[in-house]
Amino acid sequence: MTCTDFLSQLTDYFDGQISPELLEEVRAHTATCPHCEVVLDTTSKTISVYRDNELYELSNEFRERLHTAIMTKCRPCK
Amino acid sequence: MPAIQSPGTEEIHPDVALVARAKEGDTAAFEQLVRQYERQIFRVAQHITQNREDAEDITQDAFLKAYEKLDQFQGNSKFSTWLVRIAVNESLMRLRKRKTSKTVSMDEDVQTEEGSIPRDFAEWRPNPEQNYGQAELADILRKTIQGLPPGFRTVFTLRDIENLSTEETAEALGLSVPAVKSRLLRARLQLRERLSRHFRQKKEGLPA
Ligand SMILES: [Zn+2]
Repeated sequence: MTCTDFLSQLTDYFDGQISPELLEEVRAHTATCPHCEVVLDTTSKTISVYRDNELYELSNEFRERLHTAIMTKCRPCK
Repeated sequence: MPAIQSPGTEEIHPDVALVARAKEGDTAAFEQLVRQYERQIFRVAQHITQNREDAEDITQDAFLKAYEKLDQFQGNSKFSTWLVRIAVNESLMRLRKRKTSKTVSMDEDVQTEEGSIPRDFAEWRPNPEQNYGQAELADILRKTIQGLPPGFRTVFTLRDIENLSTEETAEALGLSVPAVKSRLLRARLQLRERLSRHFRQKKEGLPA
């Protein structure tokens, strides 16, 4: 497996959609290629740091406004 | 994989009952759905438009539009995916309006090679998050994703932040699965490259 092949498998790797054979090859490649090992590790950290940190919160003021709008505008619809 | 699902083995999503009640005119049921998804819809709109006011307008419009079109929701997909699709369309429309000179579409910027080849191979500190306060870290993450082209940050938002499956992301964006995968790879690699500037291990001054 080359570094380019490795990159082309990265999405399936993270999505858990990689075949056992290719997974073996990815593991063998990262064991011998420090660059790709870092890419794998830091890409995985990139995904988890975004998943674990809520960046935008709804304000209570907007939430109230939203529910008022929904209840007034949706009620006469039916 | 078996092509036929035996009845009873597939769990019915709790939204199905709420949607059915809302279709009958039960606004409380619809409000329950709003409560469940308001944060997600707002986050998606905010990530795409990068503007709080726009995101609030879009959130409200998306739910009102969903209520109006409820009869068109067939239940082939999850209600949440259908809702996200409405919000994404509203968000992209809003972006287009703001940038009158330039069209904004999911196809934009896919031609660029930026980030498709990793260049930074520095290892990161073991727990980069712990080197920053919560507010500072959030600021870094927001600024970093802001710099991505809209098409890339939209795919990343749906797939990695909101945890939609690749298929659901494709459905919400009207893209093919391979198109989602290639954008996702680029988005993840570009973010990785940019975050590396903050999180990389410093070579000097580290205790052995
Ligand atoms: Zn390699």
